[in-house]
Amino acid sequence: MNNLLIGLRDWVDARLPIMRAWDTHMGKYYAPKNFNFWYFFGVLSLLVLVNQLLTGIWLTMSYNPSQEGAFASVEYIMRDVDYGWILRYMHSTGASAFFLVVYLHMFRALLYGSYKKPRELIWIFGMLIFVILMAEAFVGYVLPWGQMSYWGAQVIISLFGALPVVGDPLVEWIRGDYSISDITLNRFFALHVIAVPLALVMLVVMHILALHETGSNNPDGIEIKEHKGPDGVPLDGVAFHPYHTSKDLVAIIVFLMVFSFVLFFAPEMGGYFLEYANFEPANIKATPEHIAPVWYFTPFYAILRAVPDKLWGFILFGLSVVLPVFLPWLDRARVKSIRYRGWIYKSALTLFVISFISLGWLGVQPAEGIYVLAARIFAVIYFAFFLLMPYYTTIDKTKPVPDRVV
Amino acid sequence: MNNYLKRIARYTVATTLAGLLAAPVFAAGGGAELEKADIDPGQIPSLQRGASNFMNYCSGCHSAQYVRFNTIGKHLELSEEQLVDNLMFNAEKTFETIRSAMPAADAERWYGTAPPDLSLMARARGADYIYTFLKSFYVQEESPTGVDNIVMPATSMPHVLWELQGYQRAVFSEHEETDSEGNVSTTVHFEHFEQVSPGTLDAEDYDIFVRDTVNFLAYIAEPIRGERRKIGTWVIMYLIVFFIIALMLKKQIWKDVH
Repeated sequence: MNNLLIGLRDWVDARLPIMRAWDTHMGKYYAPKNFNFWYFFGVLSLLVLVNQLLTGIWLTMSYNPSQEGAFASVEYIMRDVDYGWILRYMHSTGASAFFLVVYLHMFRALLYGSYKKPRELIWIFGMLIFVILMAEAFVGYVLPWGQMSYWGAQVIISLFGALPVVGDPLVEWIRGDYSISDITLNRFFALHVIAVPLALVMLVVMHILALHETGSNNPDGIEIKEHKGPDGVPLDGVAFHPYHTSKDLVAIIVFLMVFSFVLFFAPEMGGYFLEYANFEPANIKATPEHIAPVWYFTPFYAILRAVPDKLWGFILFGLSVVLPVFLPWLDRARVKSIRYRGWIYKSALTLFVISFISLGWLGVQPAEGIYVLAARIFAVIYFAFFLLMPYYTTIDKTKPVPDRVV
Repeated sequence: MNNYLKRIARYTVATTLAGLLAAPVFAAGGGAELEKADIDPGQIPSLQRGASNFMNYCSGCHSAQYVRFNTIGKHLELSEEQLVDNLMFNAEKTFETIRSAMPAADAERWYGTAPPDLSLMARARGADYIYTFLKSFYVQEESPTGVDNIVMPATSMPHVLWELQGYQRAVFSEHEETDSEGNVSTTVHFEHFEQVSPGTLDAEDYDIFVRDTVNFLAYIAEPIRGERRKIGTWVIMYLIVFFIIALMLKKQIWKDVH
């Protein structure tokens, strides 16, 4: 039996380099041994992606993408399909979990300068994944066809109308109709289940291939490949398998505990993961009292609303999403890790995090009075973090970086 | 000051207050202060009473189109016979869902709007909202139904439970406020209710009646709630065991890395 399996493996390997692929990406892929907490969110993103893909397939089997049937089919999944509610809650909790782990994964890059040379392309692929993930989440949120699905889509799509000349035709082109309708729902379904996920998966593959070419960064921001032993193995690296796989497994289980707790005991998460108004079917005649996007869009939504002009609001909104792409070139510091940076970058990053979280909170508040003013202040800090970076990272006093991992 | 203005003033105050609260809030219509429903979905007798209340007082006009009788029977520990005898007034088979007896077109003609489906109302608005709503009808002669509601001003729903609760009057107080520009405006605050005519239930029993009904509404909004918590407990327990094993495995594999 064993011989048969080895024979089969060798037969395939002679025709497709499966052994080489295993060594390149697992068995002989050496990653720094000093990964800390922040390095778990890459594998967790991958885990959530797989969760979304698998639960999505089964949800598609019972979901009905039509104005008449969409809302009812979600309730059918929740009530009549055996364990359909688990699939649905895994998918809805997964959407929020996806953004949570991706935001933390991106924050890790800011902490340790993971986007810096030679990892610029990894960062760019990552940012593309982020933008596409936002599109995926947006079109997906329309599918249950609740009040928030409908009116959220109405608000966001109409933003494109702010563009001069092309605005109105563009809005019509996106909707495929003069208002959000059955046609819009159907095309969003097509985008959500095949077009966008396909792009997402391909970009994730590119992201990982690029990562495995340069090798991972680490909390010290040291290139471990510069110090290899006589056997050619980086002295500060350990093989991805079994070292990092066994370590990641522990993180995965802890993550699953938190995930399961939300899924089984608080699937609505106080209205943040599943908005209460979305338990009412879409009603073209009645606007919900308070239209707020789901929490993961709110920092950018707050920036949009902070600008008095519709067109400029849209431009700054777009810019706030796209600007981080240029980080590898905005950051002029000689060191990667925050451990060896000076007080300026440390303060800038702290201010940035405060602004981002505050903007997120402001995005669910009504746009009036002091909230608007606060959103403007934090939006300025948000942009200043990126735009002033070439300056303040140049003058920041950095500390000497050790040769080896400490 | 006429009633229309009062209503607008009340509405403005209420929505401003609701808006100031941390979002996302339940879309609470008039936004009056909500009383705690204090329901317990684990109480089967309460749910059974609530089911009976619902079928007798609500289902004439409101459907619960996603809720099947046999699901209710299973979760509320009712036999098929009990279902047929006590709950299924216009349904033939136990797999049917709760349909309203009133045609939607007629409902719109009679009330101006069709009574909403109640399958998910408790999830959309919250149990406290429905609980307070059902306790907040008050006499309002100018309204076509003879009543209005503090929680949802200008509701087209009549006081269906008047026989049980009796009628009550709402007492409002007016406050004059001067803003920074010196304009004087009057705001109206709801103070309390006064019983006008008694119902067949006293206040305490009426609360229980409403609480049971709301409990049932919360149950039908998510019938698998009990099941998910039960499965969830096992899942977390399994993960704890798995965590210990995974941690030991990791320690074993990493023991020679320094």
